[in-house]
Amino acid sequence: MSELIWNLILLILSAGLVFAFIRLARGPYLPDRVIALDLISILAMGFILVYAVRFNQPSFLDVAIILAIISFLGTVAFAYYIERRW
Amino acid sequence: MHRSILLSAAARYLMPLMLVFSVFLLIRGHNEVGGGFVGGLVATSALMLYAIALSPAALRKLLPVEPHLLVSAGLISALVSGLIPMLAGKPFMTGLWLKYPIPVIGKVGTPLLFDTGVYLVVIGVVTWILLTLAEE
Repeated sequence: MSELIWNLILLILSAGLVFAFIRLARGPYLPDRVIALDLISILAMGFILVYAVRFNQPSFLDVAIILAIISFLGTVAFAYYIERRW
Repeated sequence: MHRSILLSAAARYLMPLMLVFSVFLLIRGHNEVGGGFVGGLVATSALMLYAIALSPAALRKLLPVEPHLLVSAGLISALVSGLIPMLAGKPFMTGLWLKYPIPVIGKVGTPLLFDTGVYLVVIGVVTWILLTLAEE
């Protein structure tokens, strides 16, 4: 039963990744792509957290913490670039 | 250039947090995940956040020394960590540890000194490169 729930969680996260990737590939404007990239990094964070809990690997939580602290920096840098370009 | 108030306010709170976390990664590096390289990268991204939020010139003012001095300090500290065992009559770069762990920091030894060297080198080199790019 709980195995089913874990698989469901991973399935939902994978679906989110696929949709975010479609937006990244198609996104008509640059800001859409930046937002999609940000969403992908957040989904990856969720993946790592679920994996760490599912397989009882507490050291993976650090990866998620670092990703959470750092990943917004990329979005900020992209925003800076977009602002300067227009 | 228009600066965002929101970003500079966030940077003021996030930067110390990231620096503390980078030191945490450095110290626990030899037994668990982490280490000098990752810690140095996290610290550098904290500095870069400051540079983006304020300006590269403000970051230069914030740094107590020039980045290339950090690189040389790191290399010297790594070299010293290799030379200490030679004083004790052991081969170059043998890992020596203090017998009793220091509270907070944990086990202290030459590998930690080497890791600190890597940490300083990574901070120095990446900050140097990115500051040069940002000032273009």
